[in-house]
Amino acid sequence: MIEVALHIALGAVALALLLNGWRLLKGPAIGDRIVALDTMVINAIAVIVLIGMIGGNDTYFEAALLLAMVGFVGTIAYCKFILRGDIVE
Amino acid sequence: MSSAIDLAVAALVLLGAAFVLIGSWGLVRLPSTMERLHGPTKATTLGLGALLVGSVVFFQGKLGVWTAHELLISVFLFITAPISANMIAKVHLHRMRTGALVEPESIAGEPPAPAPDVDWATFQAPRDGSSASTAGS
Repeated sequence: MIEVALHIALGAVALALLLNGWRLLKGPAIGDRIVALDTMVINAIAVIVLIGMIGGNDTYFEAALLLAMVGFVGTIAYCKFILRGDIVE
Repeated sequence: MSSAIDLAVAALVLLGAAFVLIGSWGLVRLPSTMERLHGPTKATTLGLGALLVGSVVFFQGKLGVWTAHELLISVFLFITAPISANMIAKVHLHRMRTGALVEPESIAGEPPAPAPDVDWATFQAPRDGSSASTAGS
């Protein structure tokens, strides 16, 4: 039962990633693209967690933790750059 | 006991994946940028929280391994998601006010002024009479 649920969830998250990619390409505003990138990072964390559960291996969660931190910093840096034209002032 | 854990893990994983999908569907479907901000920041964060709780139950119940990484990830995500949403909203307000972006009026309309003597924390010139204004000095 868990195997089937995990594979259905992996398919759903992959579909969510495709929808985010569509919004990332289409825009129209810069804000939309930043939201789409941020959501793609969160969905990538979901994919990593699901793959870790399917493989029964908890080493993947180090990568997920790292991605959570780097994704947040990336989003803030992008917003800061649009707002101020510079990242570290 | 084992089938109860199976059921709990399957339900949590499916719930989480459904919320992640709903968040991205909202990102595609909703009409304006400020409304599109709602789907990913709320539904997707909640969905990933459910996935991570399901993962903790899975590793503890099926493999007997205690993993705290998921809890760290979910705490970090629940702290950072509102901050990044706030920053993105500020970017959008800023772009609209500098005229770099013209957007059709959304259902919610313009955001209201927060209080009579203050302003939203974007980087526009302060209004006359607000506490940050230097127009009269």
